[in-house]
Amino acid sequence: MISIYITAFIVGGLICVIGQLLMDVAKLTPAHTLVSLVVAGSVLDGIGWYEPFIDFAGAGATIPITSFGNALTHGAMAEAEKHGLIGVVTGMFEVTSSGISAAIIFGLIGALLFTSKGNV
Amino acid sequence: MQQEKYAQIEKELSPKPPILKNVIRAFLTGGLICLVGQFIALFYITYFDFTERTASNPTVATMIFIAMLLTGFGLYKKISQFGGAGAAVPITGFGNAVVSAAIEHKSEGYVLGVGGNMFKLAGSVILFGVFSAFVVALIKTILVKFGVVSW
Repeated sequence: MISIYITAFIVGGLICVIGQLLMDVAKLTPAHTLVSLVVAGSVLDGIGWYEPFIDFAGAGATIPITSFGNALTHGAMAEAEKHGLIGVVTGMFEVTSSGISAAIIFGLIGALLFTSKGNV
Repeated sequence: MQQEKYAQIEKELSPKPPILKNVIRAFLTGGLICLVGQFIALFYITYFDFTERTASNPTVATMIFIAMLLTGFGLYKKISQFGGAGAAVPITGFGNAVVSAAIEHKSEGYVLGVGGNMFKLAGSVILFGVFSAFVVALIKTILVKFGVVSW
């Protein structure tokens, strides 16, 4: 029971370390780093490695941005399995809808509630 | 001998590269955020009808909500300054990018400012995420059609 917390902490931390190394050693901008991680998550799901990884690490695998790429690919592939090629487009946001809708809704609510004092 | 000694002293006195410090900070910050996520996921599994795999959806939404509050009160910027990639890589960093852009451009109005700039930073993540998912899923579908791999 306690072990999933330790695994989540270590795995999530290690993914962030990869991001930090991409920024510090490979000299990528933060935006390029995040894009690389998303693409990596998407490819990992394509070869079927990301779901077992989630079973192993729990939130350590679902909270980092790599899971966004995984969720997009997963939705697209699940729908493609049922409906063929068109499913690639129709299933794209099936799994990851909560992340996008939450970002849009809370983005607007945040703008309604808070005003910038140069610290956001 | 003299030169070796000099090199040794120089190595001892020169400041350690910040890469190690940054990496440790990123590890701790990112790990802690994922730990919080794990607690929230367990909350949804225990008190609502979610399984280990489906719990990630409400967890992500909750994490973005927390990111909104932290961003609005100016705390997420401090976490980012400390944690670097540890604050940017988790989904809270995605939420922070959206919310901070929305708040930042509020003064230009809700339609042109908030609406037009909300995905200024997060847009590239969505664009390349969607495009790579499209390519990967397309390749897989074609491979399955030709019987190379199965689902």
